[in-house]
Amino acid sequence: MSQDEFRDMLPGHTDFQLPGPPPVQRVNGRRPVPEKPAPRPAPPAEADDGLDVWDRRVADGLAFLRRRLAGAYEVDEFGFDPELADALFHPVLKLLYRDWFRTEVFGIENVPADGSGLVVGNHSGTIALDALMLTVALRDKHPRQRHLRLLGADLVFRMPVMSELARAAGATVACNPDAERLMNSGQLVGVFPEGFKGIGKRFADRYKLQRFGRGGFVSAALRTGTPIVPVAIVGAEEIYPILADLKPLARLLGVPYFPVTPTFPWLGPLGMVPLPSKWLIQFCPPIPTAHLTEFADDPLVVYNLADQVRETIQATLHELLEKRPDPFGP
Amino acid sequence: MTSPPSVVVVTGVSRYIGARVAARLAADPRIDRVVGLDPHDPPAGLLGLLDGVERIRADARAATEAIADLGAEAVVHLAMTSVPDAQHGGRAAMKEQNVIGTMQVLAAAQGAPGLRKLVVRSSTAAYGASFRDPAVFTEDTEPRAVPRGSFARDILDIEGYVRGFRRRRPEVAATVLRFAPMISSSAETSLTRYFAQPVVPTVLGRDARLQFVHADDALEILHRSVTEDHPGTFNVAGSGVLMLSQAVRRAGRISLPLPESALSAGAALLRNLGVEQIGMDQIDLFVHGRVVDTTRLINEFGFTPRSTVAAFEDFIQAHVAGSTLTADRLAAAESAILDGIRRVRAAAEPAPAGSERS
Repeated sequence: MSQDEFRDMLPGHTDFQLPGPPPVQRVNGRRPVPEKPAPRPAPPAEADDGLDVWDRRVADGLAFLRRRLAGAYEVDEFGFDPELADALFHPVLKLLYRDWFRTEVFGIENVPADGSGLVVGNHSGTIALDALMLTVALRDKHPRQRHLRLLGADLVFRMPVMSELARAAGATVACNPDAERLMNSGQLVGVFPEGFKGIGKRFADRYKLQRFGRGGFVSAALRTGTPIVPVAIVGAEEIYPILADLKPLARLLGVPYFPVTPTFPWLGPLGMVPLPSKWLIQFCPPIPTAHLTEFADDPLVVYNLADQVRETIQATLHELLEKRPDPFGP
Repeated sequence: MTSPPSVVVVTGVSRYIGARVAARLAADPRIDRVVGLDPHDPPAGLLGLLDGVERIRADARAATEAIADLGAEAVVHLAMTSVPDAQHGGRAAMKEQNVIGTMQVLAAAQGAPGLRKLVVRSSTAAYGASFRDPAVFTEDTEPRAVPRGSFARDILDIEGYVRGFRRRRPEVAATVLRFAPMISSSAETSLTRYFAQPVVPTVLGRDARLQFVHADDALEILHRSVTEDHPGTFNVAGSGVLMLSQAVRRAGRISLPLPESALSAGAALLRNLGVEQIGMDQIDLFVHGRVVDTTRLINEFGFTPRSTVAAFEDFIQAHVAGSTLTADRLAAAESAILDGIRRVRAAAEPAPAGSERS
């Protein structure tokens, strides 16, 4: 006997319908409102070959595997493998970006739609997760889904495995020839001039920009006439708060710092899990440099411009912090 | 543009590229005389090429008289060994030939009054190998670290001698060609032997960006630098990049990643046994990769070498034997798996429908 038949047999039967579920209201939503995707257009009609979704997924997966195993993919001269980045790195990082850090992005319209651009950000968070999240943000939010080509410290390229992952994801060694080459070919380049001083600073110094090195990024931008887009990233400071830095141990291991956080190294591998802070990324209006090309070697111009970028990022950081009173809020 | 030289001396004609360059120059009607200088007799396979070439069987010490006596107008120095050959004296003989040989050839060239052109074969190994290297080398990039490989160190010495020669004979058009590893269907180098193995050892956790140049394109560039005037230093490579793992996969080989220390220890062991497969040059290449910019070459020579991918494809076509994971077999496996899934589902689908009814 079915449920309907049972109900029909009951006395005093009325047309009763269960109320529909109330509209979902996220009290402490993990996903901010602007993050809610627009209703997707109906999925494309089923392919005519009688395959359902899973059939097609399996077929796509196998085709991907076959292409990888046969070496039938393209890699650019820096080692960037767009197919691998889109199929493997971005989906994984996007989970962190969207569900773990609830990242919100502002001012994406300040990033050039095409042509070169130099995105300069503040660096924090013990390991360079902010660089990866910035990459995902640009791929995800930018109308042209641009790939960010990061410039990394040579320490990254010294480490086995890590160096190849970084190259496949589009990074290269932070040096002027590479930066200028990327910008000349119209790429979006990402750089964190604070370097290890930024990611290795203690929690007490959070959101205080460190020194910007010699401003090599500015002269590279000037030489190629590339606009500089300052970007402020809030949230990365809280993921691994550094309480202390064991300098002798760091020197022994040959790394720039050895962090002690509330969870690392006490909890072992569990200490590697980043704390789920709330992230805000704000792109500032671009600073044009095309009219300054002949000043690329003028230390005063370079220094002033680097300082302007630094001040912009610092001011934007303060603004964003006011928008986000609770670091671990929704 | 000056006229092509009438007398050309080519060193290293007992080797693949030297013999071909000499043969091609001899076939050029604008050149009267091509003299091949080599201490060794060329193998039978290359002998047929050298019909129009006068051969002098002498080492570089004899070059002094030869180059001056013959009234050479161009010297093409190709006698470089990239891998020590146990049958011909190992590393000591290699250094003797590369460094001392170059010194003597250049000394002879300096003393030849009629000389107008000097072409020296170099290698992209001249950029050294360091973790701080830019991803793409232009001709102006300075090496940041002394390379570990013996060939790369020889190349740095050779280029140093050429710089000295340029200072002393500024009127001679000196062309230095930095070649990426050469590859073709027929060329035999340590790298082609490496890729022809069924199982290819690689460095664990490293995937180098490689570039190749097709041997025929290298020949064309060498020929043009003799018959035309192109002083300067030029990178010669095919555009584009293949990752080492990608190249191994395209060749249908199986890669065997080994830790760097194990690989160099194994290479040293093989070296002591007299089998030279992988040297420190190769390990440096496989750890750091090497990509060069060829804009200067293309602008100056008006010739674009075929791409790295095309050159490697030519090599694969000639070395199908020994491959296991070819693209065809992978495609066959893919369709077999898909068919299998479809068949299993076709067999499984009616069953639950039937059991629901009962």
